Amino acid sequence: MNSATVRGLLVRGMLAGLGAGLLALVVAYFLGEPRVDAAIAYEDAHTTEHGMEIVSRSLQSTAGLATGVLVYGVSLGGIAALAYCFALGRVGRFSPRATALLLSGVALVAVYLVPFLKYPANPPSIGDPETIGKRTTLYFLMMALSVLLAIAAVIVGKRLAPRLGNWNATVVSVVGFGVLVALAYVFLPAVNEVPEDFSATLLWQFRVAALAIQLTLWASFGLLFGHLAERQLNPKPAAVTAGTDAPAAAPVH
Amino acid sequence: MAHPIAPATAPAIAPISLKAIAPWAVFFGILLMALIYFVGAEQGATALISGENVHEWVHDGRHLLGFPCH
Repeated sequence: MNSATVRGLLVRGMLAGLGAGLLALVVAYFLGEPRVDAAIAYEDAHTTEHGMEIVSRSLQSTAGLATGVLVYGVSLGGIAALAYCFALGRVGRFSPRATALLLSGVALVAVYLVPFLKYPANPPSIGDPETIGKRTTLYFLMMALSVLLAIAAVIVGKRLAPRLGNWNATVVSVVGFGVLVALAYVFLPAVNEVPEDFSATLLWQFRVAALAIQLTLWASFGLLFGHLAERQLNPKPAAVTAGTDAPAAAPVH
Repeated sequence: MAHPIAPATAPAIAPISLKAIAPWAVFFGILLMALIYFVGAEQGATALISGENVHEWVHDGRHLLGFPCH
């Protein structure tokens, strides 16, 4: 286990992130874009000033969207792969594949779901341009806090495991994570800038679409990266299924 | 039922040494987070490049990926 292993996993993480990003892009285009367009239609009907269009809508909703989602997928895939290098063999007796899926689940919750529940995704026309600084700071603060708390929960759970057993240690650390996240929710300021007459249905649909994008991204990343990591770290089963002479001690799958 | 050859189904994996991970984690960690910054926040609250081009190009992705926009 050396530097070459890390490089291999990093490359696979970014590739899996690209693949997951492509699937997320499909969801974003078909579920998300109609809601973005509807929100922009509302915005146009409620504002008198029409700023100059720098990038056309047709480019924003295709090439622009693809750039955003794919760069996001590749970047998070790479970062997740680096986190995976730390987690592998340290979080418990999980196979490379299971570790990847577990890490993706934790990442979905810590990187997206926890910040989302406090500061949910908003379509265009929601959000006062004056408060962009405050909203950006709060969102990234919530994300950083959530990721740090998740890492802390894993470390604490690992420490408690010999004393409480795996099950109870996991329950205690997950509950601890939940309580601290709830405290952060209570003490961080709320941001509610939805116009009075903005369609509740549209807002709901937009946020469900935003959730679906992340669910697609992390689920497919976990499965793709898990498959690639398993093949890199554990090439033996592949050789067995390929029909070569199975060693006597080969594990039965 | 716990069977004696349980390790065969979940073999213990030797952790990768932190020394081997650190250089990759530092270099690529910073690089990839910078990329996320460009997708998620550039020309919003802060701007490294003047103008609106980056913001407008990734506009839809920024909204749909949950980043604060406008």
